[in-house]
Amino acid sequence: MKRPTRSDALIQRRFSRRALVLGGLQAGVVGVLGWRMHSMQVDHADEFRMLAEENRINIRLLPPARGLIFDRNGVLLAGNEQNYRIVITREDAGDIEEAFARLTKLVDIDPELVERAKEEMARRSPFVPVTIADRVAWEDVAKITANAPALPGITADVGLSRVYPLGSDTAHVVGYVGPVSDYDLTEGYLAEDDDPLLQIPKFQVGKTGAESRMEDQLRGSAGTRRIEVNALGRVMRELDREDGDAGADVQLTIDAHLQRYVQARLEGESAAAVVIDTETGDIRAMASSPSFDPNLFVRGISVADYNGLLNDNHVPLSGKAVSGGYPPGSTFKLVTSLAALEAGEVEPEETIWCGGYTNISGIRFHCWRPGGHGNVSFHESIKQSCDCYYYEASQRVGIDKMAEMARKLGLGVRHDLPLSAITPGIAPDKAWKRERYGEEWRIGDTVNASIGQGYVLASPLQLAVMTARVATGRSVTPRLVHTIDGVEQPSGRGESLGLNENNLRRLRAAMYDVVNHQRGTGYGTRTVLDEAKIAGKSGTSQVRRITPEERARGVTSNDDLPWNRRDHALWVDFAPFDNPRYAVCVVVEHGGGGSSVAGPIGRDITLQALYDGDPPLEAYPSNMRGRMAEQQEHIRGLAAQGATATIRA
Amino acid sequence: MSYLEYNTKFVPTGPRKLLYLNWPVILLICAVATFGFLMLYSVAGGNPGTWMLPQLKRFGIGLALMLVVAMVPIWFWRNMSVLAYLTALALLIAVDFFGEVGMGAQRWIDLGFIQLQPSELMKIGLVMMLAAYYDWLPAKRVSNPIFVALPLILIAMPVMLTLVQPDLGTALLLLLGGGAVIFAAGVHWAYFVTVIAAGAGAVFAVFKSRGTPWQLLEDYQYRRIDTFLDPANDPLGAGYHITQAKIALGSGGWTGRGFMQGTQSRLNFLPEKHTDFIFTTLAEEFGFAGAFGLLLLYALIIIFCVSSALTNKDRFAALLTIGIATTFFLFFAVNMSMVMGLAPVVGVPLPLVSWGGSAMLILLVGFGLMQSAHVHKPR
Repeated sequence: MKRPTRSDALIQRRFSRRALVLGGLQAGVVGVLGWRMHSMQVDHADEFRMLAEENRINIRLLPPARGLIFDRNGVLLAGNEQNYRIVITREDAGDIEEAFARLTKLVDIDPELVERAKEEMARRSPFVPVTIADRVAWEDVAKITANAPALPGITADVGLSRVYPLGSDTAHVVGYVGPVSDYDLTEGYLAEDDDPLLQIPKFQVGKTGAESRMEDQLRGSAGTRRIEVNALGRVMRELDREDGDAGADVQLTIDAHLQRYVQARLEGESAAAVVIDTETGDIRAMASSPSFDPNLFVRGISVADYNGLLNDNHVPLSGKAVSGGYPPGSTFKLVTSLAALEAGEVEPEETIWCGGYTNISGIRFHCWRPGGHGNVSFHESIKQSCDCYYYEASQRVGIDKMAEMARKLGLGVRHDLPLSAITPGIAPDKAWKRERYGEEWRIGDTVNASIGQGYVLASPLQLAVMTARVATGRSVTPRLVHTIDGVEQPSGRGESLGLNENNLRRLRAAMYDVVNHQRGTGYGTRTVLDEAKIAGKSGTSQVRRITPEERARGVTSNDDLPWNRRDHALWVDFAPFDNPRYAVCVVVEHGGGGSSVAGPIGRDITLQALYDGDPPLEAYPSNMRGRMAEQQEHIRGLAAQGATATIRA
Repeated sequence: MSYLEYNTKFVPTGPRKLLYLNWPVILLICAVATFGFLMLYSVAGGNPGTWMLPQLKRFGIGLALMLVVAMVPIWFWRNMSVLAYLTALALLIAVDFFGEVGMGAQRWIDLGFIQLQPSELMKIGLVMMLAAYYDWLPAKRVSNPIFVALPLILIAMPVMLTLVQPDLGTALLLLLGGGAVIFAAGVHWAYFVTVIAAGAGAVFAVFKSRGTPWQLLEDYQYRRIDTFLDPANDPLGAGYHITQAKIALGSGGWTGRGFMQGTQSRLNFLPEKHTDFIFTTLAEEFGFAGAFGLLLLYALIIIFCVSSALTNKDRFAALLTIGIATTFFLFFAVNMSMVMGLAPVVGVPLPLVSWGGSAMLILLVGFGLMQSAHVHKPR
C-alpha cells in the first residue's frame, strides 16, 4: 500500500477549496432564483394575477332588443321578429361535404350560400359557428331540429330582426334600419357615438326616418356576458351575465289608419300629404307617394330592386312631405294677404282693379284668368285667387314684411322632426338674395313671390303648419313623437302669434268661401254637412316660364306637356271651419290644377281625419255620392293589399 | 491516488452495500419526482394515463437502473469512462447524419426499442471522461498548457456537435458541466479568468457591433435577443411563451391557485406545459411555497452530493460526483431561469419533473454513479 504523498494532500486540499467555491456559486444562483420567485410570486403577484384574469376572461356584448315604434293608438309600426338562422360548427360537423349534402337534401338552400359558408368556415377556427342561411322558414327549422341526430354540427339559431308591419305605408316616417357602416362611424351621424355595440359586426342601426333620428332612444344599452376562454379563444364557460336594457319604446303621433288611407289615396301620383292636429301640432298622417317597402332594406335589398327605386322619376325613396321644396303658388297668398292686412297697406273693403295683367317696370305680369277679375276686394282676392290683387298688395307691403309673415306662419323655417332630409324651404327677402346671389332685390321678385312663385319654396309640412297657424292664430308646432318610454312629449299647441284676430277671421272667412261659395276656386271640393265644413286654398305653381309666344297662342293645356314640366297642384285646408281640428296639405307633383287635382284629395283626407274612418256619404254633395262610394271601396281595397294586417300591441 | 493502491477490504460487499447508499439523496430524488407526477397529472386535466403513469413507470425503471449502477464498483466505471465518452461521441456524430428530426432539431436516434438522445448520454460521458483524465494526470501537470488543452478539446467536440443540431441548451450544459470538472480538478485560476473575460468581451462586441457594417450576428438573431430582454415587445410572437409563463408563475402568489386550479395552464395559455415549462404550472398551482420548496429539494440534493464529494478521497469519484452534481444543478438552474425570464428560452427540461424519458434515465444513471462512488469510497 502506498502512502499518500505531499502533493496528493495538496491536490486534495485544492479540490476541497474548488468544490466549496463551486458549491458557493451554485448556492448563489439558487439564492437568485429564490429571490426572483419571491419577487414575482409574492411582491408582484397582484399584477400577474390580474394579467392572468385578463387572459382568461373575455367580455362579450349582448345586443339589447331595439325599442318598438307604435302609432298613437298602439298599432305596431316597427317591431322585432324572431329570425331563424341555420348555423354550422366545423368541429362538430365532422365531414363537411357530407353534412352539407344531407342538409341540402332536407332543406332547399341556395348553392351560393353553401359555397360562401364553406369559405368562411375555412377562414375561421373550427369551433366558431358560421351562418349558412338567414331568415329561414319555420318549417325548415322544424325539419332541422327533428333531424338533429343526422345533422351533427348543424343547428338552428334564433335572433331578432326588425320588421315593419305596415310596410310601405310608414316607410318615410319610420324609416328603416340596416347594418352599421364605416361611413356611419366615420362621417355619418354615429361618428361621435362611442357605444361599443357599434363595433358588433352587422349591428343594426337606424338608417333613415325616426329609426335614425331616434337611434339614441331606440337602441338601448348593451348587456355583457363574461366568459372564460382558453388560449385559442374557445369559450369554456359563462362566468356571469348582465342583461342590457332594451331600447325605449316610442309612440308616434301618427294614426296608422289615417296614414294608410292617405297613402292609398295618393296611389299612382308623385305626391305628398300632411295632416296636422291644430290643437296639439300632432302629425296624424304624413305620406309620400310612391313609397317603398322598408322591409326590403332590412333583409338586404337586391341590386335590381334598389336600382329600380333609385331610377324611378317619382323618387320613391324621398320623403317628399318634409324634404320636397315646392313653389307654393297661390297657397302663399295666405301669407301675402295677411302681411298686407297686418301692415295696414290694404283696407279689407278696398278694391283693386284686375284687368288680366299688370305692367310693372316694363314687364307684363299676368293673372291666371285671362280676362281679369275686375274690381277685387280682399275677400274676393282669396276666394277667386286673383293674382293682380297680390301684385299690387305686395308692392305696397314690401318683401321683407312678407318674408317676416311667412316665417311667422312657419315657412322658410326648419321644423325639427325626427325625420331625414328636412328642408327649411325658402322665405326670400332682400338680405337673403344678397347673401345667396349677391344681387339686389328687384320689384319683379316681390311680385313673383306674392303669388308663391319665384324664389319661394315650401314643403308640404310647412304649408300644413301655415294653415294650422292661420286656423288657430297660435304658433302650432308640428310634433311627431307622442311618448318616449311612456313619457309624454311637449305639446306643439303653441302660443298666440299676436296677429290681429279680425284680420285672421277675414282670411278664414275668405278661405271658407274658396270651398263653399259657387265662385270659389275650390267649390268642387265642398262638403255639405255642417259638422264637416272645410276652409281651404288651392295653388297651382308653374315649374317653367310661359313665353310670350306661348301665351299668344293661347295657354297650353297641361295635358299636352311632358309630365315633368306640368304644374304642381297644391291644396291646403282646415276643418271644421268653426272649430278647427285638422289642417291638411296636399301637393301633387306635376299634377296640374290645384283645385281640380289636389283639392279633392285634400277634402277626402280631411273628412277621413274628421270621421276617424270613412265619412258618411251625406257629407258629400248629392251628385258626387255615387262616385265617392266607389272610391271609398277602391281605397279600402288598396289599403288592404298595401301591407299585411296591422298588429295591435 | 487511485483505488488499486488502496486497501479495499473496508469497502462493503454484497447486499450490505445497500446500507451504505446515500439514502437522503434517494429520498430527495423520490420527493422531486413526486412533484413531477402531481404536475403531470394536473396538466393532463386529471387524466393519469396521459403522462403521469408512463412517467411513473419510467421512474421505476430509472430507479432500478440507478441501484444496479450503484452496486457496481466505482473502479469499473472509471475503466468504462473512455468507452462511454467515445460511444456518446460516435452516436452524436451519427445523429447528425441519421438522426430523426424532432422539435426543429436533430436529436434522436431510433434504436427500435427506445429513441435515444446521444446528447443526454454525453452529459454523463463527458463528466466521466474528464474525471478519469484528471485521475490519471499527475497533480503537477494539471495547469500545464498542453494538459489543459486536451480536456478543452474533449469538451469542445461534443459542444460543437450539439450546437449544429442545433441544441443550445445541451451545448451550454456540456460546456459549463465540463468547465466545472476542470475547475474542481484544480486548473489554475488564470485560465478561467481569461475565458470569462474573453466571453464578456465577445458579448460586448456582439452588442456593440449591431447596426454597424461589421455586425457579428444576423438581424433575426438580434431580434431573438430583444425578445428575451423584453418579451412584452412581441407579446403574440416569440415573446408569447415567456410572457404567458411569467404570468402563470407570478399569479401563483404565496400558496398558489390550488391543485388543478391554474387557469393559465388549464386554458392552454402555457406552452409546453408538460415539458420545459412544467415549472410554471407548478408555481401557478402551488405558489411560492411549492416553487421554493422544490428549489430547496434541489439545493439539498446538491449539498448532499458536494459533501459526499468532499469526504471522498478518491480523485475520480470526487470529481465525478462534483461533475454530476453540477450537471444536475445546471438542469434546474437553466430551466428555472428560462421560465422566470432570467435566461433565454433554450429547451432544457426541469430534471426529474418534466415529461420525457431520456433526461430522466440519464440523470438517474448519473445518480447511480454518484451512489457507486459513495458506496465504494475508500474508508
